[in-house]
Amino acid sequence: MLALLLRDLRLATRAGGGFGLSLAFFLIVTVLVPFGVGPQSERLAAIAPGILWVGALLACLLSLDRIFALDREDGSLDLLATAPVPLEGVVAVKAVAHWLTTGLPLTLAAPVLGILLSLPAGGYVWLALSLALGTPALSFIGAFGAAVTVGLKRGGLLLSLLVLPLYIPTLIFGAEAARRGTEGLSPATPLLMLAGITLGALALLPFAGAAAIRAGLR
Amino acid sequence: MSIWEYANPKKFMETSSWALPWVTGLAVVTLLTGLVWGFFFTPDDYRQGSTVKIIYIHVPAAMMAINCWAMMLVTSLIWLVRRHHVSVLAAKAAAPVGMTMTLIALFTGAIWGQPMWGTWWAWDPRLTSFLILFLFYLGYLALWEAVDDPDSAADLTSVLCLVGSVFALLSRYAVLFWNQGLHQGASLSLDSKEHVSDVFAYPLWTSMAGFVLLFLTLVLLRTRTEIRARRLRALEARERMA
Repeated sequence: MLALLLRDLRLATRAGGGFGLSLAFFLIVTVLVPFGVGPQSERLAAIAPGILWVGALLACLLSLDRIFALDREDGSLDLLATAPVPLEGVVAVKAVAHWLTTGLPLTLAAPVLGILLSLPAGGYVWLALSLALGTPALSFIGAFGAAVTVGLKRGGLLLSLLVLPLYIPTLIFGAEAARRGTEGLSPATPLLMLAGITLGALALLPFAGAAAIRAGLR
Repeated sequence: MSIWEYANPKKFMETSSWALPWVTGLAVVTLLTGLVWGFFFTPDDYRQGSTVKIIYIHVPAAMMAINCWAMMLVTSLIWLVRRHHVSVLAAKAAAPVGMTMTLIALFTGAIWGQPMWGTWWAWDPRLTSFLILFLFYLGYLALWEAVDDPDSAADLTSVLCLVGSVFALLSRYAVLFWNQGLHQGASLSLDSKEHVSDVFAYPLWTSMAGFVLLFLTLVLLRTRTEIRARRLRALEARERMA
């Protein structure tokens, strides 16, 4: 399983792996927002935590179909499914690799992009913390969505339709934690809920994802 | 005699062809009674005027929208555990009905909200969770459309239905946390003290029963169609082989 993780990380970071793509997308979305709502810093500061969360979520969505699609095309998914590793473990490892190459960089980049949206000084820690807690859930939910759509022709569009409603609770609690932290309120409750969602997704969704892959490969 | 006998499509078709006219008739009678009673033989509310009559469509539709998903959850589970085709086809047949019920609830709610709250839409927890439920129905149906092989389609949609149920419930409580609501609490329940007046409650119960029967009729009808479509497909495949 460690070998699989290292392989996925290597594939993602090499040329053509699309490693920087979601980061660049996140940057562009953040840059577009002031053009849309105007450059007044008070207005930007008020919506900054929410915008950064939505941006990170969309950037995460962008790279989801790569989790299984490439392996399916060259046949390595069949090998993985028949390998002596449990398929649930494969799904979990793939989700972890996706988080390491997408969620973690997005979390690290978010405070920097917060400067562009004039995020108030108190908000940086909470934004980064809420993203660090929430993005694993995004990766695991996304891996499940990718597993469901892996064998389909128009999988990409369907993937967003399936995954985005599943992202709603994570987004609500994540953005709420970041907003409360920014406004100086206590973000403890939404952070705990967010952590709960992440742990639940980590524990249960690999099983659902593996079941979906088995159905897709039949 | 057990309920699992109806997992046999032939048995299901026989029983449902016998039951369908009865259920349909009952649905028509109950629904007409409830709606006519509600629309023409109840007084106007003293603050809401005649707009209160939207309740006879709004509340039953909203109830069926949620119960339909619950039914899909149960039938999907039965498919995953016992692999009865009729079960998963019933889930497939129920989904568009449930989606329509969700839409009806949202639209009648908007029409009711305009004169009462002065707005068509508010990001109220109940309204928002219904919109989210609608998105779940949309995804579920789109997945059925997208998969060619019927068995993997059944598996994938069933798994999605299970995972979706968990997340739909999570969203329900997340939006409660996220925003305060305009919508009133439950007006009908068996145990609470505060209650909608009996004048409104009896036609409302009738029309809710009518919606349940209507849902049953539509699901039976659509399940029968799905089974016939499956048989046609099998016949065509046999034709091609020969």
